Amino acid sequence: MSRIITYREALREGLDEELARDPNVVLMGEEVAQYNGAYKVTEGLWQKWGDKRVVDTPISEAGFMGMGIGASMLGVRPVMELMFWSFHSVAFDQLVNNAACVRYMSGGLCHCPIVVRGPANGGTNVGATHSHIPEGLFAAFPGLKVCAPATPADAKGLIKAAIRDNDPVYVMENTLLYGTSGEVPDPADGDFVVPLGVAEIKREGSDLSIIAHGRSVIQSLAAAETLKAEHGINAEVLDLRSIRPLDQDAILKTVMKTNRVLLVDESKPFGGVSAMVAMLIQEHAFDYLDAPIQRVCSIDAPAIYSPHIENEQLPNPRRIVEKVLAMG
Amino acid sequence: MTATASPALDFASSPINQSLSADQKIGLLTQMIRIRRFEQAALKYYQAGKIGGFLHLYIGQEAVAVGTISLGGADDHFITAYRDHGHALAVGMGMNECMAEMYGKQSGCSKGKGGSMHFFAPDKNFWGGHGIVAGQTPLGLGLAYGLKYLGREGCCLCYLGDGAVNQGAFHESLNLAALFDIPVVYVIENNGYSMGTSQARSSAFRGCLAQRAEAYDMDWDVIDGSDLYEVRAKTHIAMERARKQHKPSILEISTYRYYGHSIADANHKKYRTPEEIENYKQHHDPISVFRRKLIAEGIITEDQAAEINKAAADEAAAAVKFADEAPAPTIADISTDVYWETDNQTPASKIGRHFFND
Repeated sequence: MSRIITYREALREGLDEELARDPNVVLMGEEVAQYNGAYKVTEGLWQKWGDKRVVDTPISEAGFMGMGIGASMLGVRPVMELMFWSFHSVAFDQLVNNAACVRYMSGGLCHCPIVVRGPANGGTNVGATHSHIPEGLFAAFPGLKVCAPATPADAKGLIKAAIRDNDPVYVMENTLLYGTSGEVPDPADGDFVVPLGVAEIKREGSDLSIIAHGRSVIQSLAAAETLKAEHGINAEVLDLRSIRPLDQDAILKTVMKTNRVLLVDESKPFGGVSAMVAMLIQEHAFDYLDAPIQRVCSIDAPAIYSPHIENEQLPNPRRIVEKVLAMG
Repeated sequence: MTATASPALDFASSPINQSLSADQKIGLLTQMIRIRRFEQAALKYYQAGKIGGFLHLYIGQEAVAVGTISLGGADDHFITAYRDHGHALAVGMGMNECMAEMYGKQSGCSKGKGGSMHFFAPDKNFWGGHGIVAGQTPLGLGLAYGLKYLGREGCCLCYLGDGAVNQGAFHESLNLAALFDIPVVYVIENNGYSMGTSQARSSAFRGCLAQRAEAYDMDWDVIDGSDLYEVRAKTHIAMERARKQHKPSILEISTYRYYGHSIADANHKKYRTPEEIENYKQHHDPISVFRRKLIAEGIITEDQAAEINKAAADEAAAAVKFADEAPAPTIADISTDVYWETDNQTPASKIGRHFFND
């Protein structure tokens, strides 16, 4: 049986189950314990698990992120919350030089089983410094793994897979999804884990493939309904879920099925996830394409603050529908 | 040098040093001499073009690594920056694997993937070897956090240079160490220069660099790094404070490097006077100082010291030969040791594409 719970609750359930499964799992970050989480993801967990397992840190990302990485090398399994993934920049040396490279530079003698999680999204009128979307950035560093769940079930399943993985996994959540609801399997029915590296068709279709991740999946699904209802276009929506490892087979399969591709990516257009996916499609499925690959990304400027217009900078159903119609 | 110790104190008589047997004392001298001979060999073959990248020599600083690491027990851990050869040999890594690493060979300690700045031996509680100035300071904090979390009575000695003390990551680490009662001991190896910039031109401080600990309500001490006995006596106190009370400390050990920041540091004879270097060699060389003490104690003779020297030089020469003859990594080796899961061929590693080569 599955239940309807929110994305936030699903994440919390996943964290709670992993805290119960492995005594070396420890949650750390700003306001995760006594404050119950800046976005309430960890609400109640400090009360349940106590000071040792759920740890409030000062606002000191380089310090506590490095502390988690060091502890993970010794066998602790830290799950670090960044209040916003945008704050990665003040901990970048730790996130990249230490977490991503320590295994390699030690010739495989060390490893770093850490999870870094938090929201990475635009759309909340908090300006450019708080609206970075760095999944493509971090996926570009070999040694790191990145995922971006779009639904409550995937949020729970992926956070659990991330915690069990023995490499550093960066989980990109979304503040605009925390309150959204969806079906999640009941824990009584068994351990629910979504493996890294497995995409999922979120909507079957035949006329074109929309490939997205994170909240762009939700926007794409809304656009697909409009395309069907108003234009008779039956779009398939593939949710990547995991950025690295990446489910290339699922990407190629949907392309070979529909022969037309739109990539929807909240990143900026230069580089990033959709650029990589486009490269893979042209490399492996060029002959299956009936039209050039198209993209809807965020408009190429730092994130605008204005609540009047920010939604238009991001991929949204209107922009997606217009792009599909322009593909002819 | 700001951090100086009172010459009146005789640290040979401190309990931690009195407990040393004659053989153990000879062992400490031998370790320092081995480091120097290893470094001299590295310098020679770096200049001969056998070693790539940078070469940060530890010559002149040997008593710091040897003295502090000699205090380590089963649950004490070590991590340092890029001037890491001395620590590596002091924890018990072999000259062969270290020299081969610098030669970029498959049988190097990091399989030729790390180089001079990135020696590791987790089996000996040595966690690198880190290239970014102060980047290792939060990691040392984390290792110590891990010890406490896992309920082990140990500490982490985290080394940094005097040039690292102005990095934000270090200050963040100090705050967290004191705030969370983490058993970490930060060891500032103060050789007076952050690359080519003297301490006076790079750091604002009162008294000495270690005194900054007071801002974090943390204990600190200064140590004369030319006296191995003093290094051991004072570091032991800080390590016990960490192990027993989970209290962090900063130790500032005054020392000196005979060569430049790295061997690529072409200016090192311009920002320091020949007299300054010569004075240190004559009066403060940690190996000469300790050798003289052991001779005065009647533990060794000059002849025995010369034999140790010869054996260390031979060992270094053999390591050079080993490194020279060792095979280089293959193109296939470039793609291993990236992910634990793919290296171990786990079920997770079979799902999805991990590498994106053309």
